[in-house]
Amino acid sequence: MSAITPIAPTPVTPVTTRRSRRRRVRKAGWNLLGLFVLVVMAFPVYWMVATAFKPGRDALSYTPQWIPLHPTLDNFSEAINRPHFWDSVKNSLIIVSVVVVLSLVLAFLAALALAKFRFYGRKGVIVVILGVQMVPLAALIIPLYIMMSKAETTRGLHYVLGVDKLSGVIVMYLTFVLPFAVWTLRGFIDGVPRELEEAAMVDGTTRFGAFVRILLPLVGPGLVATSIFAFILAWNEFIIAYVFLQSPDNQTLMVWLASFTSLRGTEWGPLMAGATLCAIPVVIFFLLVQKRIAFGLTAGAVKG
Amino acid sequence: MVSVAESEYPLASRRRRRFSRQRVGRATAPYILLAPAAAVIGLVLAYPLYLLGKLSFEKYGLFELIRHQGRWVGLDNYSKIFHDSQFWHVLGRTLLFTVAAVTLTMVLGTAIALLLLQVGRFIRVALTTTLVLVWATPVVVAVDIWRWMVDYEFGVLNWTLTQLHLGNFIRHDWFVSPWSGFGVITALVVWGAIPFVTITVYAGLAQVPQELLEAASIDGAKPWSVFREVTMPLLKPIFVILISLSIIWDFQVFQQIWIMLDQRPTSDYYTMAIYAFSQSFRLSEYGLGSAIAVVMVLFMFLATTVYLRQMLKAGEVQ
Repeated sequence: MSAITPIAPTPVTPVTTRRSRRRRVRKAGWNLLGLFVLVVMAFPVYWMVATAFKPGRDALSYTPQWIPLHPTLDNFSEAINRPHFWDSVKNSLIIVSVVVVLSLVLAFLAALALAKFRFYGRKGVIVVILGVQMVPLAALIIPLYIMMSKAETTRGLHYVLGVDKLSGVIVMYLTFVLPFAVWTLRGFIDGVPRELEEAAMVDGTTRFGAFVRILLPLVGPGLVATSIFAFILAWNEFIIAYVFLQSPDNQTLMVWLASFTSLRGTEWGPLMAGATLCAIPVVIFFLLVQKRIAFGLTAGAVKG
Repeated sequence: MVSVAESEYPLASRRRRRFSRQRVGRATAPYILLAPAAAVIGLVLAYPLYLLGKLSFEKYGLFELIRHQGRWVGLDNYSKIFHDSQFWHVLGRTLLFTVAAVTLTMVLGTAIALLLLQVGRFIRVALTTTLVLVWATPVVVAVDIWRWMVDYEFGVLNWTLTQLHLGNFIRHDWFVSPWSGFGVITALVVWGAIPFVTITVYAGLAQVPQELLEAASIDGAKPWSVFREVTMPLLKPIFVILISLSIIWDFQVFQQIWIMLDQRPTSDYYTMAIYAFSQSFRLSEYGLGSAIAVVMVLFMFLATTVYLRQMLKAGEVQ
């Protein structure tokens, strides 16, 4: 700026260029540091994908090969052809889709109550919903196991509940998916301005009409985002599936992936290919909805 | 008087009656809407929690599992674990791990968030995308990746450290010593936890009024003291929530250790969750395991309370 000043420009210019050069150097330093952090954070994921595409002798070499020079799909086909891969895919999909549908219906009703009504005990319900998400599954799994083995021998109940039953696992997955879904959906419903509904009702629509024509379309994206996140939660779950689904043709994809070691040791190439396959649907979905959900757990913590 | 009013203004009273019926509807509606979810949460959360407490006072082994009936033993399980030195080792190890992992996660996560403010647009977008990618990686997948990176024979870490002349790491097994083993596990946990912290803090930083920061630096404050005196107090609610969530998540660490050590960790690698799990499902001592789990839940109760209070204070919940 001082360079354009007509009075005595010459003594000022070197100072500013020196300062701006220093600033540029500092900026380059920050960028370099940023690049370094990026490489460190990204490397594990890159290494998984790179290993997945390497032929066996390149993956298992004492000097690592940084880029897959002879890319091949052998590891993927080997992973897919391992026993029980397709069973696991099928089981995961069944469990996840039923859990998502069930929890979304139940959670939507509960979230409506929390977002649209002021009632006695509301705050208590919110505290419970937030609090139970913190109970460790590793602790809950003990009583759940006792419950399920008891239900197995109870007439009537044994059709649905029990050890080594997909339906039992579906019910147990609701322990963590349902409270999460209630909380997230409540945020989305709260985000719809009350005035819109009221305006529709003033114009002569019934409360139900306002709900169907105003609230539902506006909450739609929130419903999609919540169901995707519920999908990810259920897809990634390990402990419950690991303990309860004992027969190999009942296991889920994550249990399949965790039990990849054979007697000959770990086959890293196929394992990394399998890991990539398990991660892909989650990563795609996550990238779609991350912005919408990310702040549910900390919502409203900073307000100017 | 009411009857007079009714006879004089029949229409008004009818309307009033309809209003009150509507009010009753409005009063019960939320409870009806909540009922199904509450029933499910009661079945899969409240009852198991009650059962966990009950089991911790019972002898519940294989015999009892077959009979589906525990035997009441009072405080025996608790006195047994409190007199067992292994329990105190495990508790200490879990606390140490939690402190280390939470501190590293918060410091590195915040540092990267501040770094995001300094770098150019291209690096910022690339780095944020990377963070989201790491965040999206399922835990089981992440554990397998790290297991591969630290593999004693073909792992990329041993090769790199040897090439950097930091020592001879050829065929170095990181899990022989629990200290270096927990080092790897901490690195894995922190790596996975940084994105959530960084992205949340970064979003918080964006909401700090720029004028405040400018005013402070015009007054001659150094960048570090601007951060400490202006930014930190404004972000305190976020930090309280992030720290309590991190404590809750790291204190119950299970999968990372369990899968990393081939699903059969030695007792050197027991944390509270793994200890409770092994007592129950390996030794079939479900009563003892429940007592350990109860202690774990009580320890986490503190962090949970802090988290809940901050969430309620945030006003979002009104």
